[in-house]
Amino acid sequence: MQDTYTTGAEIKAAPRRLPPEVNILFVLVGIALVFEILGWIFQGQSFLMSIDRLKIMILQVSVIGIISVGVTQVIIAGGIDLSSGSVVGAVAMFAMSFAQVSTYARAVYPDLTDLPAIVPIALGLMAGALVGLINGALIAYAKIPPFIATLGTMVTARGFAKWYTKGQPISFPTDDFAFIGKGMMPVAIFLAVAAIFHVAMKYTRYGKFTYAIGANQQAARVSGINVEHHLIKVYVVAATLAALAGMVVAARGQTAQAGMGLAYELDAIAMAVIGGVSLTGGRGSILGTMIGMVIFGVIISGFTFLRLDAYYQEMIKGVIIVAAVVADVYRQKKRTKKS
Amino acid sequence: MLDATLSTTGAQGRRHYDGEFILEVDGVRKEFPGVVALDNVQLKIRPGSVHALMGENGAGKSTLMKIIAGVYNPDRGEVRFAGEKLVIRTPIDALNCGIAMIHQELNLMNTMTVAENVWIRREPKGAFGLIDHARMGTMTAELFASLNIHLDPLAIVGDLTVAQKQMIEIAKAVSYNSDVLIMDEPTSAITETEVEHLFAIIRDLRARGVGIVYITHKMNEIFEIADELTVFRDGKYISTVPASEVTRDDIIRMMVGREITEMFPKVDCPIGDVILDVQNLSLPGVFDNISFKLRKGEILGVAGLVGSGRSNVAEALFGVHPAETGDIWIDGEHVVMTSPQVAMDHGLAFLTEDRKETGCFLVLDCLENMQMALITRDKVNGAGFVQQAEVTRLVQEYSAKLRVKTPNLAERVENLSGGNQQKLLIARWLLTNPRILILDEPTRGIDVGAKSEIHRLITALAGQGVAVLMISSELPEVLGMSDRIMVMHEGRVSGFLDRAEATQVRVMELAAK
Ligand SMILES: Nc1ncnc2c1ncn2[C@@H]1O[C@H](COP(=O)(O)OP(=O)(O)OP(=O)(O)O)[C@@H](O)[C@H]1O
Ligand SMILES: [Mg+2]
Repeated sequence: MQDTYTTGAEIKAAPRRLPPEVNILFVLVGIALVFEILGWIFQGQSFLMSIDRLKIMILQVSVIGIISVGVTQVIIAGGIDLSSGSVVGAVAMFAMSFAQVSTYARAVYPDLTDLPAIVPIALGLMAGALVGLINGALIAYAKIPPFIATLGTMVTARGFAKWYTKGQPISFPTDDFAFIGKGMMPVAIFLAVAAIFHVAMKYTRYGKFTYAIGANQQAARVSGINVEHHLIKVYVVAATLAALAGMVVAARGQTAQAGMGLAYELDAIAMAVIGGVSLTGGRGSILGTMIGMVIFGVIISGFTFLRLDAYYQEMIKGVIIVAAVVADVYRQKKRTKKS
Repeated sequence: MLDATLSTTGAQGRRHYDGEFILEVDGVRKEFPGVVALDNVQLKIRPGSVHALMGENGAGKSTLMKIIAGVYNPDRGEVRFAGEKLVIRTPIDALNCGIAMIHQELNLMNTMTVAENVWIRREPKGAFGLIDHARMGTMTAELFASLNIHLDPLAIVGDLTVAQKQMIEIAKAVSYNSDVLIMDEPTSAITETEVEHLFAIIRDLRARGVGIVYITHKMNEIFEIADELTVFRDGKYISTVPASEVTRDDIIRMMVGREITEMFPKVDCPIGDVILDVQNLSLPGVFDNISFKLRKGEILGVAGLVGSGRSNVAEALFGVHPAETGDIWIDGEHVVMTSPQVAMDHGLAFLTEDRKETGCFLVLDCLENMQMALITRDKVNGAGFVQQAEVTRLVQEYSAKLRVKTPNLAERVENLSGGNQQKLLIARWLLTNPRILILDEPTRGIDVGAKSEIHRLITALAGQGVAVLMISSELPEVLGMSDRIMVMHEGRVSGFLDRAEATQVRVMELAAK
């Protein structure tokens, strides 16, 4: 195929336009500055100039941040995952039962000796992957809407967590296991997970297919993407990350309870949405979600810093989530309508 | 100034407007990031006339129509309706004023019935303000009867063909009883029979005093239906002339600014061995007993009326909706075509008919859209990383070849003009280097210049031994490009014609048999 056609002008690959995440970054800076000012007015001190506060803030959100990295992928693929909070609880219990030191009475397996940390971690991740496999299969093959399918596993996984020890907490993990929750480890794990999936979503086939399926599932199928397989992969990734988050919380508190991770799925979804991930699928990024997570953290620690009552905090959190969705809808509209 | 929100529903009709122009557009400018879509354009529509709007892909036709219909707001300029300045903020305002529009892309709710789609937002209400479904059904039946459309008002839209959906859009637009009716490429997906049908409807509306704006890339339609025509080029107004005073070449010159030499640059090339052998393919209720052979280097055209099952056969060949019985042999190998992956493994490519439903990833950018099929099996390293530099280079090469008009490859596809989206989808499949290329309405919505470019590309591919199966509702295209024509009628093959013996009349005879 040569010179038989007239060739049009060279088309530039990418423009010199700012990435969409920059907008969200501005929001973050704005919110942080508001708290800074309010801090000086009401508390007589700086909000941002405290390393300790910033550390705590990041620690608070990084566990849910890990979940949010997975949830982001699910939402970009056009789905939703409500089961992550319950997976946190169920896997925390399950993994801890293999991570206990044998000098204490073991809650579930009395005859086990101390196991190296890798065993409970691997088992926990596998349990998470199994939940993801079930979610994915229900959605991709049984064609059950994601909302319903993951609602089902959400309830079931929570039930499992309670049944596992008949409601008893499981405490005293080995030092090795506890290490994954120590100090700034949750933040390190979050950063590693976020970096891996940022690269995966941007530069690999896995990411491209995820966006394609969320943008137009029919077109993805016709383009030769195995939509069913891919959806299963995405749900497995999401549930496995939720499992990882579950083990991190358990390790940090050195205990697991059946009620752990309650409503984490909603916070994770909120972080993604605040970070510009669109619930209609095909749009958003891990980077955006990371910024969304920090916004979330700033707001929570900002309110605590201002000594705002916890009840108000929850209400305002709700308002912020809705505001993020409204902002997303508005952004989409503006793109086409007025430009 | 006419305040749109004060008027009642669309049916009031200003039918006896005596001024010269029912709709006037003056000095309109519209800019999008990186493109000036319209620059100081004008358009004047007389009541009771058909005004064709012509221009290359991306010339700004749809953008102006969307401004008139209230989808976009202009940056500058004004729109006058019946002599009064019009301020339209939303599509509903436009409808209330008496301006209805058939959009270039289908805008129907697939999960709802035909009747619900037609009367959306205007449903007849019965007791307690609930929707009176029975009356809605009869209203639809009456509307369809008056337009001579044969469709079940209670059918679910998602089950219908693209052409049938297009007819629903037309009926819906007519039902508003508007003074101005805008039709943005209404014939890009329907066959001659429906086109004739549509023209009958248009002539009737014209006689009733409606001003019609008609956008098409099919030249012959202009001389058949248009009274006047306006040409845009690159967002600028070129001129307005009576259709009777210009020739086809004049129009092309105004549109393109250069000469287009030949329309169907088909080159005879050696035809090789059979590569695709289809035997007794059937899908109950859809198509029956389809058998044909396709050879390397051959272009097999597929003609037929709407609902003749042409697209369904293509979907079965590509594994999108597999056939229930019958055999497919590719290069002598028996292939059970269960999914598009299987088809692509055997070197097939399939450009679908409906670019919005099964083609474009509207919210993704041009690059992603073009490379998606390629990277499902190629240009990815062992770790799953896309070899982006190389893929981008290929994508740039093809977008230049096909003259895709976009500010850059990072532009979202939903911001491209319809014809440019189509070019992009063609590029998607050409990038996969197929051995067998199935094209369903390949030049749908593509302008004359680009069309001959695409025809040239198809011929060049055939010259390299690619086997092409080309479904098209445009008879001149089928006749001009095919080595052989397969005609379908109600899910069966009604005959084959060789290039030498094929004429418009013989194809139509077989299609209507
Ligand atoms: N929402 C949008 N955002 C950005 N650019 C746009 C948008 N809509 C249209 N454009 C650009 O404006 C130009 C004109 O587009 P338009 O759709 O009006 O073309 P057209 O004449 O209808 O072409 P076609 O024959 O292909 O349908 C194109 O370059 C297109 O990319
Ligand atoms: Mg257009």
